[in-house]
Amino acid sequence: MSATVSQIDEIKTTPWSGGRSPFNVEYGKMMMWFFLLSDAFTFSSLLIAYGALRFSASTWPGADKIFQSIPGLVEHGAPLVFVGLMTFILIMSSVTMVLAVEAGHRNSKKEVVMWMIFTVIGGFMFLGCQALEWNHLHSEGFWWSSIPTNTETLKEFFNGGTLVAQQTSAHQFANLFFTITGFHGFHVFSGVIINIIITINVLVGTYEKRGSYLMIEKVGLYWHFVDLVWVFVFTFFYLV
Amino acid sequence: MSSEPTEVHHEEHGEHDTMTRKKIWNVFFVLLGITTIEFIIALYMVPKGIIPGHIANPVYIVLTLLKAFYIVAYFMHLKFEKVGLVYAILVPILFIIGLILVLTNESHHWIDLRL
Repeated sequence: MSATVSQIDEIKTTPWSGGRSPFNVEYGKMMMWFFLLSDAFTFSSLLIAYGALRFSASTWPGADKIFQSIPGLVEHGAPLVFVGLMTFILIMSSVTMVLAVEAGHRNSKKEVVMWMIFTVIGGFMFLGCQALEWNHLHSEGFWWSSIPTNTETLKEFFNGGTLVAQQTSAHQFANLFFTITGFHGFHVFSGVIINIIITINVLVGTYEKRGSYLMIEKVGLYWHFVDLVWVFVFTFFYLV
Repeated sequence: MSSEPTEVHHEEHGEHDTMTRKKIWNVFFVLLGITTIEFIIALYMVPKGIIPGHIANPVYIVLTLLKAFYIVAYFMHLKFEKVGLVYAILVPILFIIGLILVLTNESHHWIDLRL
């Protein structure tokens, strides 16, 4: 009799036989993963729409021609340098975020706060750079459904093509650029706000009382996702 | 079976061992290195004609996917999660690949409709 019972118990110890989560993650963390998956779909749709419109266009603004300036320093002739700085800032703030998570595993409140503050600073720096980038493009005449009115200026951004094709492509480029980087920037902004709230919670001692810094991991997932999206935006807007 | 609980415990222990501060900085330097390679291609090799543009683009995409792997696997810790969660997150990405295939194919027909 007792042998049969223990056999049933043995079967129940496999991950998918019930009684415990087969994923072995806390509820909130799993939901954060599922939210990020849905967000990945949203960003993918935007980027794929961009790809489809660009593939079907006979001409397209050259990234090295449009992104030439370092706001406040160089007006022309420094292609991709400024966006390189932005990429570096975002990767760096991703690193400080993992370091905060790592400090959380060791229950070191002081280090968590320090790395979270670095992460927030990185987020603000990125947003500042993006504001300068937007301002620069806007001063050149680009905005949602708005392109440089001077056809000679417009021609400088292209490697050829008819004027009508250039105007159509420039419109599409402007709309897609501001929509996609805007949507990403909005994610960075919400990430910074969430990081600030979590940092205050750490300072107040919420997670110390709770006995675990798992919340840092959850907001960390969101923050890394923002970095992940930027990797793709960077490639498809600035390199390809 | 007595080996089951110890196995789970061992896995949890391994999880903490894998993302040490040293490992975090290693991943950072990998990401920085890949980005630097992308910049060398975009700013030096393509303008000088060492690599033609139509070959550089697939290279950018491969390097980007490599960066994405490092961010998701190590920074987002997915490599160390249960295999069930890994598949729950990665398999739906097939829908994105599907949309890419459909719309790139479609966009080649749009060319004829446009000026």
